[in-house]
Amino acid sequence: MKQKVTNQTRRKMLIGGAAAASTPLWLNVANAQADTIKIGFPTPLTGPFSAEAQDQVKAAELAIKEFNDAGGLNGRKAELLVRDTKLNAGEAATRTLELIEKDKVNFVVGSLSAATQLSINAVCKERKVLFNSISQSDAINEAKDWSVYTFHEALNPTMTAGAVARYSIPRYGKKIVFLTADYAYGHEMVRAFERAGKEMGATTLADIRHPLGTSDYSAFLPRIKALNPDILVLCNFGRDLVNSAKQCTDFGLKSSMKIVAPVLLYTSRIAGGAEAFEGIAGGTSYYWGLEDRIPQAKAFNDAYRKAYNGSVPSDYGALGYAGVKSVLASVKIAKSTETMKVVAAMENLKYDWYKGPEYYRKCDHQAVQSVIIIESKSKDMKDKYDVFKILTIEPTTEKNMRSCAELGHKA
Amino acid sequence: MTGLTFELLCMQLLTGIALGSIYALLALGLCLIFGMLNVVNFAHGAFFMVGAFLGVYFLGITGSFWFSLVLTPLLTGCLGLLTERFLVRPLYGRGLDYPLLLTFGLSYVLIEVIRITFGIEGLPSVTPEGLGGTLNVGIGYFPKYRLFLIAATAVIILGVWFFIQKTRYGLIIKAGAADQEIVKVLGVDIAKVWLLVFALGCAIAGLSGILASPTRSVNPEMGIPILAESFVVTVVGGMGSPVGAVVAGLLVGVVYSMTSLFFPDLAELSIFVLMAVVLLIRPQGLFGKAGAMG
Repeated sequence: MKQKVTNQTRRKMLIGGAAAASTPLWLNVANAQADTIKIGFPTPLTGPFSAEAQDQVKAAELAIKEFNDAGGLNGRKAELLVRDTKLNAGEAATRTLELIEKDKVNFVVGSLSAATQLSINAVCKERKVLFNSISQSDAINEAKDWSVYTFHEALNPTMTAGAVARYSIPRYGKKIVFLTADYAYGHEMVRAFERAGKEMGATTLADIRHPLGTSDYSAFLPRIKALNPDILVLCNFGRDLVNSAKQCTDFGLKSSMKIVAPVLLYTSRIAGGAEAFEGIAGGTSYYWGLEDRIPQAKAFNDAYRKAYNGSVPSDYGALGYAGVKSVLASVKIAKSTETMKVVAAMENLKYDWYKGPEYYRKCDHQAVQSVIIIESKSKDMKDKYDVFKILTIEPTTEKNMRSCAELGHKA
Repeated sequence: MTGLTFELLCMQLLTGIALGSIYALLALGLCLIFGMLNVVNFAHGAFFMVGAFLGVYFLGITGSFWFSLVLTPLLTGCLGLLTERFLVRPLYGRGLDYPLLLTFGLSYVLIEVIRITFGIEGLPSVTPEGLGGTLNVGIGYFPKYRLFLIAATAVIILGVWFFIQKTRYGLIIKAGAADQEIVKVLGVDIAKVWLLVFALGCAIAGLSGILASPTRSVNPEMGIPILAESFVVTVVGGMGSPVGAVVAGLLVGVVYSMTSLFFPDLAELSIFVLMAVVLLIRPQGLFGKAGAMG
């Protein structure tokens, strides 16, 4: 009985195959053209990172538009399928699986938290779908989480926190206190800051951990004041950064210590206001003010301004743009949406979308790029977008990254 | 822990009291509504959030914190009036779960309305002029605004206490909570009393929202975590006991603050442990009457 069913199935498949093969060629081409290149874009539209997520979507749409306006892949257009992960790893995995199985996306770009990007990566790895992550993580490049389908467009904590440590410790002092969001990303930032700080003789007085999404930090602040560090490092993100920066200012912490943030967000600075962030320094992957020195930044900003009523892109927004742009550029080079061909094209991509030259390191697909050190200002601002001063730029180099051997990749 | 000084302990205590003030205010509103109407108001956190948004919005228009401090509770109070009259009232007599589900749904509607109106990013909060910066309180510097917050909470709580204990309306409210049948027989329109109490609870929630806004970011989801904390406070204090709400609010603030000093990563857990311990020793809460839920 069983045998018979199998035979029938085989016969149906043969007939189907023959039918497909006998379809005129022009019809196949027409079908292919109608078929858009689908990019799944899971990101936390609701929750404490919503401001950053919203901008990621806007900038990603811009990259899609540029690709389509330039004719797509021989007329084949791209489209973005945005899904809300609610900043929850389980939700992110479910949405990603839906994108792959139900919506049949060709690629996945997105995410905005260490935890969700790891769960998205796990799904993509299993389904052999290319995933370009635009959120910081160290773990994603390590051999146990990584796969050949994994790309990491964003900086990682080793690069950002390391750069901030290299900048701030010689200038402000060696006694460090961390205020850390208690999740993978927060811990990675601390580890990276300490790693860079150790070479310079820095000591950690305390690493105070708070739950993700804490709204009141006041209970942690008297102790930080009593510890009297040279530098307070805020290892948190989104609204957590807004609230903690604001409350540190309210409690007068800045009078006795320098406050730095490994990732100083444009959106958080806008939400928190000039007073709360006054004098806080930090690292970023992008600030629109780079346009004074980098022509590509100017071009990107102008395109964004034109599309969104004169507003400027944020740091994580720029990552949304670059993340999609890299994938689509590789599709064009590969002349195909076949995953392995696109992976090969991306591995060899040398690109400069918005912040200067970048490329993906072969062994772990980490985007090698510059880190920008900025400081929030409250005076001499030209307009409402003019919020940071660029202190220095740590140039593109693999030297400050963990080596491939360290990450567990075989040479 | 090294460097533990008397000053640090005092500062931590003060921080806890400032933190507890908001909890106490929110729990007071919650328990007024529960004590009187037997309604567990799951939209309380949403009213808190709406209050914060309206407060910051009016502050932006009028430039006066004091003006929005008056206007905001009036508006959230009116919203409470409408909610009681048209949504909660038809569900009286159907037990606890119907109004609970209704207010739970209402909270999501309010969050969505605010998201549509003000955007999902929220509004930058502003510390009122003259209350920024720190003040030397003898043991160290403490933010002026948080001192104001403690004082304002004390005034509001005393005001509510005065209203319930010393006025005719208060007498009716107390009588209504004790035995609504008798109150009805005495010719009091109990429906009006319920309307007023629900509105008062919502007004207090809105007021806590604007009072809390300068200390944190104002965003559509801000009412969700604080609602859970307020329920912990209400349970610790005893469901329906206003005195319990105030005492437990401050207690939860101080416990949270003190745990943060020694075990920062357990701070959030500590208040739930406190609740568990209180429930084990006194199932009705610190000031609750036995069987308040029944």
